[in-house]
Amino acid sequence: MSATDTMTTSAASGGQPRVFHVEDEHHAEGGSTMLGFWLYLMSDCLIFAMLFAAYGVLGGNYAAGPSPKDLFDLPLVAINTTMLLLSSITYGFAMLTMERGRVGATQGWLVVTALFGIAFVSIELSEFSHLIHDGAGPQRSAFLSSFFTLVGTHGLHVTFGLIWMVTLMVQVARHGLVTANRRRLMCLSLFWHFLDVIWIGVFTFVYLMGFLR
Amino acid sequence: MNADTHVDHHDSHADEPAHGSLRSYLTGFFLSVVLTVIPFWLVMGDVLSSKQATALVIMAFAVVQIIVHMIFFLHMNPRSENGWTLMALLFTLVLVGITLSGSLWVMYHLNANMVLDPGMSQMP
Repeated sequence: MSATDTMTTSAASGGQPRVFHVEDEHHAEGGSTMLGFWLYLMSDCLIFAMLFAAYGVLGGNYAAGPSPKDLFDLPLVAINTTMLLLSSITYGFAMLTMERGRVGATQGWLVVTALFGIAFVSIELSEFSHLIHDGAGPQRSAFLSSFFTLVGTHGLHVTFGLIWMVTLMVQVARHGLVTANRRRLMCLSLFWHFLDVIWIGVFTFVYLMGFLR
Repeated sequence: MNADTHVDHHDSHADEPAHGSLRSYLTGFFLSVVLTVIPFWLVMGDVLSSKQATALVIMAFAVVQIIVHMIFFLHMNPRSENGWTLMALLFTLVLVGITLSGSLWVMYHLNANMVLDPGMSQMP
């Protein structure tokens, strides 16, 4: 460290900007993964922005079919929101126990998070099947097409997050909390919390605002 | 094994801002619960007489809750990755703003300016 300092200062005092940032050039493997993953999430955010815009434009076109007020069951949405919010905090606990290097506790919190996630997806699927059973499927009106696309895409993201979570549980069980697994868990943490952020938009913009129409 | 733990240590200290504390997670959770319950209560209990006012209030709550999640769960701060995460976020927010407001604005005017034959709207 001191050698680097003297090298940099001697180069600077000599007015020759040749050998700089010796320490900065050294990146640990996967050092830029978090930034790259964040950029992926931002592009994902744009996908959702398009779907929200489509719903905003088409959401009032019922084609003489059912309106949000006829279809949405707000207490069920409230339960769903609770599930996702609880899974967010339990994933946070998993990250905290990972920091302390406690494998068992981390796995335990991941299991709890996955259970909340499964509950969320199950409730959403039962809601969808109810709607389709009542003749309010995606082909009924532009409102329902955009509704199923937006909420379905979010549900698909949660499903893939669950598959990823199970994969990581197996990884942690086999290799422990090594650097690579910590990095993966941190990526999934961003993904999971990001999905909760999208859900805030969904329950406000789609369900609550739909009920007000 | 020794080398491994050393690397772990180095890594976790280099990327310090990415982690939260128990306190910050619980604060975020508490705020999220409050910011979720109030909009649901406003809509389900039909508290405000004006629908427009209710819509504006719940949208404001959503914006605040998104910021809360960003800070307490996603650990956004101006320092992480030399500010590049915040930069990417702000750029995305500009694009999202243009997309949403632009689409709604254009399509609203398109609908408002469309003069329909009265018989047309009755068609299935």
